Amino acid sequence: MEEVSTEDKIITVLKENFADEIVNIESPYNFLTITLKPEKIISIIKFLYDQERYQYLTTLSGIHFPDQKSIVVMYQLHNLFANKRIRLKIYLPEENPVTSTLTTVFPAANWMERETYDFFGVIFEGHPNLKRILNVEDMIIFPLRKEYPLEDQTREDKNNKMFGR
Amino acid sequence: MEQTTNTSALSDIPVKEEKQYSYLNLGPTHPATHGIFQNVLKMDGEIIVEATPTIGYIHRAFEKLAERRPFYQITPITDRLNYCSSPINNMGWHMTVEKLLGIEIPKRVQYLRVIIMELSRIADHIICNTIIGQDVGATTGFLYLFQYRERIYEIFEEICGARLTTNIGRIGGLERNFSDKAWDKIDQFLIDFPIAFKEFSNLLERNRIFMDRTINCGPLSAEMALAYSFSGPNLRAAGVDYDVRVMNPYSSYDEFDFIVPVGTQGDTYDRFMVRQQEMHQSLSIIHQAIAKVKKEPSDIYRADVPEYVLPPKEDVYNDMEALIYHFKNIMGETDIPKGEVYHSVEGGNGELGFYLISDGGRQPYRLHFRRPCFIFYQAYPEMIKGAMLSDAIITMSSMNVIAGELDA
Amino acid sequence: METVSLNNVKVSEAPDGIEGAGFFATSLEKAVGMARKNSIWPLPFATSCCGIEFMATMGSHYDLARFGAERLSFSPRQADLLMVMGTIAKKMGPILRQVYEQMAEPRWVLSVGACASSGGIFDTYSVLQGIDRIIPVDVYVPGCPPRPEQIIDGILNIQKLVESESLRRRDSAEYKAMLNKYGIE
Repeated sequence: MEEVSTEDKIITVLKENFADEIVNIESPYNFLTITLKPEKIISIIKFLYDQERYQYLTTLSGIHFPDQKSIVVMYQLHNLFANKRIRLKIYLPEENPVTSTLTTVFPAANWMERETYDFFGVIFEGHPNLKRILNVEDMIIFPLRKEYPLEDQTREDKNNKMFGR
Repeated sequence: MEQTTNTSALSDIPVKEEKQYSYLNLGPTHPATHGIFQNVLKMDGEIIVEATPTIGYIHRAFEKLAERRPFYQITPITDRLNYCSSPINNMGWHMTVEKLLGIEIPKRVQYLRVIIMELSRIADHIICNTIIGQDVGATTGFLYLFQYRERIYEIFEEICGARLTTNIGRIGGLERNFSDKAWDKIDQFLIDFPIAFKEFSNLLERNRIFMDRTINCGPLSAEMALAYSFSGPNLRAAGVDYDVRVMNPYSSYDEFDFIVPVGTQGDTYDRFMVRQQEMHQSLSIIHQAIAKVKKEPSDIYRADVPEYVLPPKEDVYNDMEALIYHFKNIMGETDIPKGEVYHSVEGGNGELGFYLISDGGRQPYRLHFRRPCFIFYQAYPEMIKGAMLSDAIITMSSMNVIAGELDA
Repeated sequence: METVSLNNVKVSEAPDGIEGAGFFATSLEKAVGMARKNSIWPLPFATSCCGIEFMATMGSHYDLARFGAERLSFSPRQADLLMVMGTIAKKMGPILRQVYEQMAEPRWVLSVGACASSGGIFDTYSVLQGIDRIIPVDVYVPGCPPRPEQIIDGILNIQKLVESESLRRRDSAEYKAMLNKYGIE
């Protein structure tokens, strides 16, 4: 058993190499979550892949915070060898959410990035095929953003008074 | 240039050979696609050169729908993710919310949850394996083993009232204790199912025709599986023993003694055999869980945290405090902590994860489902490159792609 | 285990008619209706959870084949009954329409489940709120998912419609007007 917990070790390693990219470190519910600046995120993930063996991409998704005018892209990595998970978040501006693609490091990120583009409009530069994946191809809005409603607005047969809306 | 009538001059003419490819549209409605997704295959005769998948034909916007519903109303939509084994999805969601709220679940409830989850895992693997049999041409397995899925449905009906989309359990435990009839049915199932399962295994496992058809069909190396973030039986068939029940145990799985079966080549035969072995292991886990439940006091079926767990209805009509808690729970007056939490369970197809961000209100701020089928289906075009069309069909059915989980 | 004797098997009743030595006279509609209703070839258009309940209905416990629907046809050209089971998203709508248009008359449509009948619990931007927005439906089976007994009840109702249908209905003006309402020629 190491004296220093692996969490502190990761934080130390990241602070040594990428100190000015880190914005915030916290551990909600014992899950290490690091917020970073968006510019060098791919090299940070590649560093974690090569040096710290975080070689499994669990998931990748977007979150929209309209009051902070930003769209967050959240990456979750898993080190299967030491059974350690880490969550990385980057904040992108709402009007122009552009970042680089992760498909160079993890081929699994291909469809996950397409889904994030489909729902939030985040552009991943360098992605081989950034098209909508789940919604119809000619949709113009990005439905999971908070300003868009859930229901289909073109229905005329539903009486909103009866449904408590 | 001389004009000759020499026919050998014809062989001097350079001939440019152009390969002609044909395009075959497989799906979205096709008897062999289990669920609706489309593949446009570029074929060189019978060999597949390239495949372009299109999904989203059953996109129901679960993640957006979840932002409109309170936590206990999201359980019915988690049912519809992997609808062949809905109790596992329900339990996973309940555990995520319990992690957020910090509720401690009593041991007996955890063991009951294990029994429910393993029964639904058996139900899911029955569908996958019998459909592999049917796609290869052996319909008998499907007809004989589906009878036992009816038995599992009867057990779920005794516990929660529904067969397929179960909405089983509540946040903080179960809605009612298991009745005696439910225990009788579980015991009877544990006696009858292994006999029929043995017949099915004898039919297919060492069958010359089945083995010739499925070995080396859609192989997958462990490196490619990890690069594409596979999980579940598909990953274990490729040789990596990553099982969420072992790596991040939840609901007291660390107290149970079971093996994680692993394949070698990651082909269709390995995926079939891994699921067969997992069914054996699930039966063993259910036996152990029943033994453990007998040692606990038999009237506990929920956690004693009335701020988050609905009190029993008899108390609500008779006791003032219970009435107040019931009102506060349903109308959303309880304090929900803010935070973000991620919890994953071992679903029928792999690591099913729930990423929940709560802003203190009764509805989640953001709920993201980490769906295993969506992630591993990306590798399908790579897996069938160079294969023949019929091999592509059984590769797809052995991966157990459920359309509800693919599109969400 | 009790033995099944032929006395327990219920045979379909012959329609009303005039019987004599070596002949049986009845109306053509009744004879054709009886033949059609006991040999429906369904097309299972199973998209989601209701499809799994359909698989249970086709299994040996609830056996749909007893009602004549033994041969499932996955090609619309060879099917009589389109059973739409499961959620139809807006992306899937044109495909459902294409499958329906390929079926030859007489054709019937059975909408199984809440999602196919009315959109179900998915009142969202991406789900078609009922398939009767794009194709005409004969029988609706409610439920989420409906029990196999309910699906069989839906098939029996279809059989009642098939039996009592007039032979000239598909050429009549009202039928053509109804198809025109959906934009189907």
